[in-house]
Amino acid sequence: MSDIIDILISASFWAAVIRIASPLILATMGELICERAGVLNLGIEGIMVIGAFTGWMAVYQGMPLWGGVAVAMAAGMLFGLLHSTLTVPFGLSQHVVGLGVTLLATSTASFSYRLMLPEVTSPPKINPFPPLDLPILSDLPFLGEAIFSQTALTWAAFAVAGLVALVLYRTPLGLAVRAAGENPAAVEAQGLSVTGLRMGAVIVGSGLMAVGGAFLTLSAFSSFFFEMVNGRGWICVALVVFGAWKPGKAVLGAILFAAFDALQIRLQQTDLGALLPYQLFLAAPYVLSILALILMSRRAEVPAALMVPYNKGER
Amino acid sequence: MRLEPIADPSMARKLGFPALAIAATMAVATLLALVAGADPFATLGQIATGALGSKLAILETLNRATPLIFTGLAVAVAFRAKLWNIGAEAQLYAGAIMAVVLGTGALGSPLVLPISALAAMLAGALVLLGPVLLKTRLGVDEVVTTLLLNFIMLLFVSYLLEGPMKDPMGMGWPKSPALIPEARLPRIVDGLRLHWGFGLALIVAAAVWVIQTRTTLGFEIRAVGQNPEAARFAGMPVNAVLVKTALLSGGLAGLAGWSEVAGLKGNLSLDLSPGFGYSGIIVAMLALLHPLGVVLAALFVAGIFVGSDAMSRAAGVPTYIADMLLATALLFMVLAILMTRVRVVRG
Repeated sequence: MSDIIDILISASFWAAVIRIASPLILATMGELICERAGVLNLGIEGIMVIGAFTGWMAVYQGMPLWGGVAVAMAAGMLFGLLHSTLTVPFGLSQHVVGLGVTLLATSTASFSYRLMLPEVTSPPKINPFPPLDLPILSDLPFLGEAIFSQTALTWAAFAVAGLVALVLYRTPLGLAVRAAGENPAAVEAQGLSVTGLRMGAVIVGSGLMAVGGAFLTLSAFSSFFFEMVNGRGWICVALVVFGAWKPGKAVLGAILFAAFDALQIRLQQTDLGALLPYQLFLAAPYVLSILALILMSRRAEVPAALMVPYNKGER
Repeated sequence: MRLEPIADPSMARKLGFPALAIAATMAVATLLALVAGADPFATLGQIATGALGSKLAILETLNRATPLIFTGLAVAVAFRAKLWNIGAEAQLYAGAIMAVVLGTGALGSPLVLPISALAAMLAGALVLLGPVLLKTRLGVDEVVTTLLLNFIMLLFVSYLLEGPMKDPMGMGWPKSPALIPEARLPRIVDGLRLHWGFGLALIVAAAVWVIQTRTTLGFEIRAVGQNPEAARFAGMPVNAVLVKTALLSGGLAGLAGWSEVAGLKGNLSLDLSPGFGYSGIIVAMLALLHPLGVVLAALFVAGIFVGSDAMSRAAGVPTYIADMLLATALLFMVLAILMTRVRVVRG
């Protein structure tokens, strides 16, 4: 027990929580935008992989770090275009298309990696985003290390979450996107295009998922590994449900989740870790996600038209 | 644009669009070979000969198809009821665990094979039962829960192989002890490396076809999949049908793991399945969820995997081309099948 308290009061623990939460926040915001517009995007896992790969490869080839982020976003949007073309105007099964996109994006990353780096045995490294050194703030005791020594991409992740909330709830565009996921016929009656809104939401959302993936290679680690996303995409789908499709709650969910994840990593080093098999700790994030889904099952307010294709003229 | 159903689609339409999907997949294959700096025709030829070019290649393809038939059936049965079981990978490993638990001396011959097969089905079914009860009782989406269970199950297997199920003679490799000879599936023909798991897969596919077309459960599964509200209104016990579907689906996936351990590998390790559970989704979709189509689709998918491995060794095009082609084929095919039923109109 004293181990846990020691961990919880260390600044490095909270720094890790924010670091672990950042890619989850980006990808969760991406999924949330898609689902608010009425489209479940199960391409998320693969889109995070392609984002991690393309962002890293761009920087490895000499582009600046923000260039890598832009490349990752563009790659994600491309797969978002593929997903939304098949699921929105053609109304194909969002489950099947999503899993197909995940498989295509993942294998595209593996194929390209092997093609571009056929000989390497240990993955090459890049210089990732450095922690930002903020005047005064970074030198504060505790908070300086816990909060004010994060990379620019972490700040971007939180800014994106704020922006998503602002656009969804405070702009006509956000209202239209939400309406496309609740009552598409009413949107059409307003003279707006449900197809356009939904495709746009999926494309932008997929771009954010890819940046979430790129966070892993450009900020958290400095290399690309095949298994690095490791179910984070599916966890983000669970976080959207846990956050009741609301950006603020989803961010809190991601931070809570990251806290448990950072805790299990540190608990492995304690007496408890010596006592229990390490697989139990590694399984904790997945178990936790399932528990979160169960916990929210009764009160989740699912967008009414989620997974319901819209075909003009059909009522 | 808008989609308009076609009341009576022509034969040209029904065959033309799927053919177009195959052609488009071939075009992507050509493009990928060119990108990799290889001769496209030689690459496609090497995939074909790698899968079918010799007796050894054909046997390898049949062996690879065996678990895919089981997982393909598992997915097809579930998807027919719109039960999104993406957890065949976890159910497969549950079956594999039972093959080891009962096949390493706990049971003697001749009962060990049938009993371990039933236990594998039961274990696979139980793994899916959890997510399905969460769905029917609490409305928890089964897609995410079944997906997450795949990761949990792999960690559980990793724990077993490093702890209670560790092979003492394993030289530190995380693998289980070998099955006793009585617990191994015999070969179909002496001297040929093809085990009875393949034969059983064909029999099971036929059995699933009978269940789907000739029994009340098959009718109920289809009704629930087409329109759960209407099925409920007609007095059908929708939740009970979903649970039965899940038990069948999970059981089939459990057999995949059992057959891999008892037929092919002889023990359990973490690389038992290179994603057979996920590939089962492609198999089922390419088969249009038809049990007999699953056999053909599994042979096709297995051929692409085996052929790509061989081609990759010879031509240096990364073996991941197989997954890219299968994903492409899947997406083109679902679009093509839709286009056989609807036409795109302006407005």
